[in-house]
Amino acid sequence: MDITRTATAGTLESSDIQVTLAPGGDGIDIDLTSDVIKQFGEQIKATITSVLKDYGITSAKVKAVDKGALDIVIKARTVAAVQRALDIVEQPKWEVL
Amino acid sequence: MESKVGRQLPDDIMNELGFKPYETTDFGDPVIQRKAPKVHASTGEGKVVDSLEEVIRKTVRDGMTISFHHHFRGGDYVFNKVMRVIIDAGYRDLTLAPSSLTGVMNDTVVEAIKKGVVTNITSSGMRGSLGDAVSHGLLKNPVIFRSHGGRARAIENGDINIDVAFLGVPNSDEMGNANGMEGKSAFGSLGYALVDAAYADTVVLVTDDIRPYPNTPASIKQSQVDYVVKVDEVGDPDKIGSGATRFTKDPKELKIAKSVNGVIVNSPYFKDGFSFQTGSGGAALAVTRFLRQSMIDNGIKASFALGGITKPTVDLLEEGLIGKVMDVQDFDKGAATSMRQNPGQQEIDASWYADPANKGAMVDKLDVAILSALEIDTDFNVNVMAGSDGVIRGAIGGHQDAATAKLTIISAPLVRGRIATVVPKVTTVVTPGDSVDVLVTEVGIAINPKRQDLMQALGNIPGLPVYTIQQLQERAEKMLGTPEPLKFTDRTVALIEYRDGTIIDQIRQVAE
Amino acid sequence: MAENGEKLRRTMMFVPGNNPAMIKDAGIYGADSIMFDLEDGVSLDQKDAARYLVYEALTNIDYGKAELVVRINGDDTPFYENDIKAMVKAGVEVIRLPKVESAEMMYRLEQKVEAAERQFGRPVGSTKLMAALESAEGVLHAEEIAKSSDRMIGIALSAEDYTTDMKTHRYPDGQELLFARNMVVHAARAAKIAAFDTVFSNMNDPEGFYRETRLIHQLGFDGKSLINPRQIEMVNEVFTPTHDEISNAQNVMAAIKKAKAQGSGVISMNGKMVDRPVALRAERVMKLAKAAHIIDEEGNYLGK
Repeated sequence: MDITRTATAGTLESSDIQVTLAPGGDGIDIDLTSDVIKQFGEQIKATITSVLKDYGITSAKVKAVDKGALDIVIKARTVAAVQRALDIVEQPKWEVL
Repeated sequence: MESKVGRQLPDDIMNELGFKPYETTDFGDPVIQRKAPKVHASTGEGKVVDSLEEVIRKTVRDGMTISFHHHFRGGDYVFNKVMRVIIDAGYRDLTLAPSSLTGVMNDTVVEAIKKGVVTNITSSGMRGSLGDAVSHGLLKNPVIFRSHGGRARAIENGDINIDVAFLGVPNSDEMGNANGMEGKSAFGSLGYALVDAAYADTVVLVTDDIRPYPNTPASIKQSQVDYVVKVDEVGDPDKIGSGATRFTKDPKELKIAKSVNGVIVNSPYFKDGFSFQTGSGGAALAVTRFLRQSMIDNGIKASFALGGITKPTVDLLEEGLIGKVMDVQDFDKGAATSMRQNPGQQEIDASWYADPANKGAMVDKLDVAILSALEIDTDFNVNVMAGSDGVIRGAIGGHQDAATAKLTIISAPLVRGRIATVVPKVTTVVTPGDSVDVLVTEVGIAINPKRQDLMQALGNIPGLPVYTIQQLQERAEKMLGTPEPLKFTDRTVALIEYRDGTIIDQIRQVAE
Repeated sequence: MAENGEKLRRTMMFVPGNNPAMIKDAGIYGADSIMFDLEDGVSLDQKDAARYLVYEALTNIDYGKAELVVRINGDDTPFYENDIKAMVKAGVEVIRLPKVESAEMMYRLEQKVEAAERQFGRPVGSTKLMAALESAEGVLHAEEIAKSSDRMIGIALSAEDYTTDMKTHRYPDGQELLFARNMVVHAARAAKIAAFDTVFSNMNDPEGFYRETRLIHQLGFDGKSLINPRQIEMVNEVFTPTHDEISNAQNVMAAIKKAKAQGSGVISMNGKMVDRPVALRAERVMKLAKAAHIIDEEGNYLGK
């Protein structure tokens, strides 16, 4: 599956992460901003990548602005962004959850 | 070399500077020889000088140690005014020894370091652009961080040899009788400055308000002062202290505050005549509010409150719930004003407050201390200096000193954003676990296993579950994930001195 | 009808479903129930995002002893069906349907919930239900709604929408809610489920909050919906039994114990018979007293 449109989910509030997906990219290409990038940068990227893989997405440009979100929040926001980007908001892919 | 809390210390620097590694919180009762200052005797004529340039020219030489106090906090003008002259005059190789460094001073110090004007620093703390610069290796020699009590000790015995102390005061007469309680830029207690006034070889007062002679009450005395410099403004009254410190409305902070109160009230120390020290800030004030109610409900009065004082604490004094307030610094206008009027509020200097090397300090009589922490580890060691990214961002303040209280409570949320407060090993040890008794978080408390007596007293408080500190650490890690370890280079940028003059930990340069 | 003898539901704390900071901390305040809101607390364009956030929270965060409730979107919205599926899959304890006006709405909900339980391998019947009444129609049908399903654990009044429907608004003395409150609590009692009062949103009027809470406590409500953790303690305080109530309850419990020991089917105290409602009330008082930490597990007073 590939992303056909740009979509965003999440906010810039504390404990949240804003994930924006756009088509293109060479593989999964994540631009991450985070106050905890030293401690959790790899972990954040891995969580996002894992969700994208669950949806069968092999390439996308991802911009993630993290405000200290826990992994579960990152996953939820990425799921929402992917569903929106794939235009399947009304028919969620339940197995991914 | 290793300190007793298992921290690696840099052998070469330790040997070169003559430092020993930290061993114990027990200072013992040694006999100590203090170092007396040089005194330039005079009858006191001509102390008043119009220009800082003139005084500095007369008193400062390359390689000297100069000091300041930080009582003006965010409203300080004196430090920047003095340092501007010093930097522009091209002095070199100075040691900066202020009681602490506040935000307004940062850029000036960075500039001074870059220009080789300042090559050594000792302070209680450092934040912002300065902390960042030092953590990235800007200063060639390691900063020595000291607690308030430790600084007093170091000044008294000559570890810190102050050549010139520049002390900003909101009022002074022509001979140098001055206090911090009156005037446009009044800040209350002169606690930190008083040690400098007693031990510096040259004492320069900087004021914007020269008063008729003799000016009383005099915290700094004319017999200690060499020069009085008049400037147009010493500080910004709006930035010196907060207007009215309000207790927090944040539900998590309130829960923690309530729990802290629960620990105090159920401890064996909550009885008539007890003493306590809280911090400032909304969360600490919430504790004061709960404690006040418990004191009223149980008919218990405190003999004294200690430390940095705020209006809510003074209110308790006025209400008759506290006998005396022992004031080393005042955080807000209310506390500063009260100092002038209320005989129950006593100005104390840093030595009286927290020095282990005198004949008994206030902290030696302290029952309950409520302190914060950036990090606390499973040995109960506390970090208040280095941020979670390893960058210097904090101050020791009176932490090590107050932690010697009979009941030391660390009050902190389990996590802050995605940063765990409770960790396997703190980034930097400032206060050793041996002095820490109870950790209070919003999810429950942990008691230092060394305090079996407290396990008994605090084990069954309704609504206050007790966990081991390992359980709390694991809970934090489970929630946040396991962080990548921070990377540092081999270069030491700071040493953390324990209050007895030994070194408890070092801070290394951040690797980027 | 569902038996609510076991659970205390003094406080039901609303948590906006699209707010990660509040969601992750919701469990620390000691609320008896936590209600994650996918409906009015979430803007239209974030309904999906909130759904997944609450899903992740429910499946990963340990909220201790709190009962976990979700307010899904109404059955007249495009979000209703996916909300049900996601929340059942997440294993939520209670689904709260807003704007309920008939037993019929609850039957339809129950069918969809059961279908979702089967689809996602949840034990059938494990998801309980709640109804919020927000209109004249809803209030008038309170009884049939409360009795509509074995899965019902409670009904609640939502005063904002209700007073709008009634062409009035909220007043400090609450007279405009008199009838609705009584209908809700009567229906709840008849159906043997819990009755919840509405939200009080003015955090700067603690006097007003206490007044309202004391009133609904007097009317017999089981608990109140809350929007701020600071309100939890205040509600618990009002619901804490008095010393006399506790003493009396302890006597009743002792009498019950004595009768049991003697193998007698008749319980008597001070020469009077202790019938079932009195016994149930005594049990409830003891439970409230334990929850307020006034007595310990054995029913003895805790030191002050």
